[in-house]
Amino acid sequence: MRAFFREYLLWGTIIVVLLVLPAVATALGMGFYIDVVRRIMIFAIAAISLNLILGYGGLVSFGHAAYLGTGGYAVAILAFYGIHNGLAQWAVAIGASALVALAIGAVSVRTSGIYFIMITLAFTQMLYYLGISIEEYGGDDGIRLKMRSQLPLLDLADPVQFYYLLLALMLGAAYLTHRIVSSRFGMALRAAKSNEARSRAIGFSPYPYRLAAFAIAGAMGGLAGALLANQTSFVTPEYMHWTRSGEIMFMAILGGMGTSAGPVLGALALLALEDALSQWTEHWQVILGPLLVLSVLFFKRGLAGLFQKPDA
Amino acid sequence: MLEVRALTKSFGALRASDGIDFDVKEGETHALIGPNGAGKTTFISQLAGDLRPDAGRIVFAGEDITALPAPRRARKGLARSFQITSVYPEFSALQNVALAVQAGAGHSFRFWRDARGDPALNGPAQRVLEEVGLQQRKNVLAANLSHGEQRQLEVAMALATRPRLLLLDEPMAGMGLEESQRMIGLLAGLKRRQTLILVEHDMDAVFRLADRISVLVYGRVIATGVPEKIRANPEVRKAYLGEDD
Amino acid sequence: MTFTLIFEQLLNGVQLGVMLFLLAAGLTLVLGIMNVVNLAHGSLYMIGAYLAITAAQWSDSYLVGVAAGLAGTLLVGMLIELVALRALYRRDHLDQVLATFGLILFFNELVAMLWGRAALFASLPAYLQGHLELPGGASYPLYRAVIIAVGLAVAALLWYVVTRTRLGMLIRAGASNRAMVAALGVNIRLLYTVVFGFGAALAGLAGLMAGQIYTVQPGMGELILIQVFVVIVIGGIGSIRGALVGALIVGIVDTLGRAFLKPLLATVLSSAAANTAGPALASMLIYLLMALVLALRPAGLFPARG
Repeated sequence: MRAFFREYLLWGTIIVVLLVLPAVATALGMGFYIDVVRRIMIFAIAAISLNLILGYGGLVSFGHAAYLGTGGYAVAILAFYGIHNGLAQWAVAIGASALVALAIGAVSVRTSGIYFIMITLAFTQMLYYLGISIEEYGGDDGIRLKMRSQLPLLDLADPVQFYYLLLALMLGAAYLTHRIVSSRFGMALRAAKSNEARSRAIGFSPYPYRLAAFAIAGAMGGLAGALLANQTSFVTPEYMHWTRSGEIMFMAILGGMGTSAGPVLGALALLALEDALSQWTEHWQVILGPLLVLSVLFFKRGLAGLFQKPDA
Repeated sequence: MLEVRALTKSFGALRASDGIDFDVKEGETHALIGPNGAGKTTFISQLAGDLRPDAGRIVFAGEDITALPAPRRARKGLARSFQITSVYPEFSALQNVALAVQAGAGHSFRFWRDARGDPALNGPAQRVLEEVGLQQRKNVLAANLSHGEQRQLEVAMALATRPRLLLLDEPMAGMGLEESQRMIGLLAGLKRRQTLILVEHDMDAVFRLADRISVLVYGRVIATGVPEKIRANPEVRKAYLGEDD
Repeated sequence: MTFTLIFEQLLNGVQLGVMLFLLAAGLTLVLGIMNVVNLAHGSLYMIGAYLAITAAQWSDSYLVGVAAGLAGTLLVGMLIELVALRALYRRDHLDQVLATFGLILFFNELVAMLWGRAALFASLPAYLQGHLELPGGASYPLYRAVIIAVGLAVAALLWYVVTRTRLGMLIRAGASNRAMVAALGVNIRLLYTVVFGFGAALAGLAGLMAGQIYTVQPGMGELILIQVFVVIVIGGIGSIRGALVGALIVGIVDTLGRAFLKPLLATVLSSAAANTAGPALASMLIYLLMALVLALRPAGLFPARG
């Protein structure tokens, strides 16, 4: 009962803090924090989607940035051709990412271990090179978004409205993932992670479930990409750079694999850490690198692990 | 129910399975014994679908399953327990068995309803736990169960898929005297309703439970028959029973 | 599109293949025998290049640069093994990926701090400049030919060690069944260190040779590393033969693709379409090849574990 209560307390705190943050920040004259937290929430969505296949599915996908890129470019390319309808753009972003995930997954999910890591990394790099080589869409320099996605009822150019939309989407993503992992589908996926031989012996074939999870995670990553495009108004091949994949992975891990609040805390922690370090020195990565190594060696359970046990 | 013809499997120069003929009648308990290194594990792996034979056929309930992968065989009713305990350590005993129930209940592409509280899964899981005598420990994490309880869980999970044929790979491995007796009791009860293939070293269990015994030595079945015949068979005594207590 | 041009590009492909092989050989052994994913392998390549160029500039001698590159990389490699990798042997692949990812960030930034982010310029000694006469009247840069020769020599050396020496036998055994080798009482720690050292030295060699041809800047290791992954996936983990075959295939396909795909497409498509599709497809070629190999042989062409 107590662990149960602690999880609710953690989420409750997160939600309350995020709800009041815009008002409090503006009142304190620190309005720019709204922008910072928007970025954190977007990456939290990406981390939530990776957590599904990594934390619960055991698939070490080093290519998740591919879906951020696909989603971002979907929005940017449609805008390039004058299609600014947000619902259409985001639908395409999600659909395209799901398809890319299915394609990559169909080839890679059959493999395991080291192969899987290398293959997902390779395919993401392929998309990165593809992005660079297509001059129409900016090539190396990327595309600037002429205007943000146009949504009914909401104006994304308004920082506060965008903020609350992101909050709703992030909570939605977290809740959706929560339901998925406890469903029959999620249990089959987690069983395959826990003991693949046992799963096969009782009649679960891991492949279809893993592929489906891969596609779902890709779709959610595509949404994060579409949102990131709107946040920065600029989409470049860097969205798909393999270091991005690594960052998202760290968010999922630092936050606590296989927990519901982990990805959110992880996104917060990593982005806050990067921000703080970069204020201090231009060469912040020389400090971040060893910190990450140490965190892997000594802090595996992650932040959320301090508050909640991994789901059972 | 199960017919194996000329099953052959080699690893390089080693013939682990050398043209094995083996059959199991419906309702019988057929034990497979043999000294270490006889190729029992290889044979079981081929029956279960984890290993592809080089040659030969496996026919299950009239259907040729030689090319079917393990999950498909399980769904057709061929269940197994593992020699080295293989359960889901971070899930409770009840959840372990519920997963087995779920695996046998059609596809699992249901994304919304919480499976953990689903009576359609937990109900049958409870009943199986009662059958093997683990209902008191249903909420204990599998990793925290004693070795003997984990072996019981193995059997429970195989049972929960409502199998037509149960392949038990050394269910009593690593058990002390008391636990072994309990397992024998459990298996004796099972025997009446299930077709069993029992691979075991524990001769007490084998002779008490088996309707027929096959003896595997160096990848070949050197004798098949009722327990008394096997006990009396001089080749068997030489190859195997002579070394055992 | 003359025969000379094709031949020259083919040689370039072999040259790239040989570089990939040097990197792949070490990495595939580490993956196969030690079961460790070491993303920082590319960093060793980068360090080799930087140390060689800097030492050559200080001492005004190319050969000193070569020695510095090899020795320095070996040293850094040992350091990485001692400090980080030892702790990761028993961890799962995810931990190894994350930790070595952290190492990459560290090394890239360290190099940027010491040498700056701009590309470093390397010069060739006079005896390595110039061209070779090829059959057909073409000429090929001497330096690239030297690289091919060195690479093939290393391949031959590795072949000899792996198939004819006791160490090689242990390596092959370890690649196909690690637990068995340990159970036989072999000093696994020592084997690991030797294998890792081997790999580091090869990476350093590739790096110091690369300095004159490829851009030398922070992050150069990762660009080539991903191609090395493709090589290993195609060739099969733990197999040196697979690394050689895979590397040559990848090197040749990539080079020929980049050189000839656009003009080839231009014969069937409009020139504008070919201008876009050509480079785009060329950059994707080796990954598509990898996907094809995976579909047919999920464990690669020459997997060490049968």
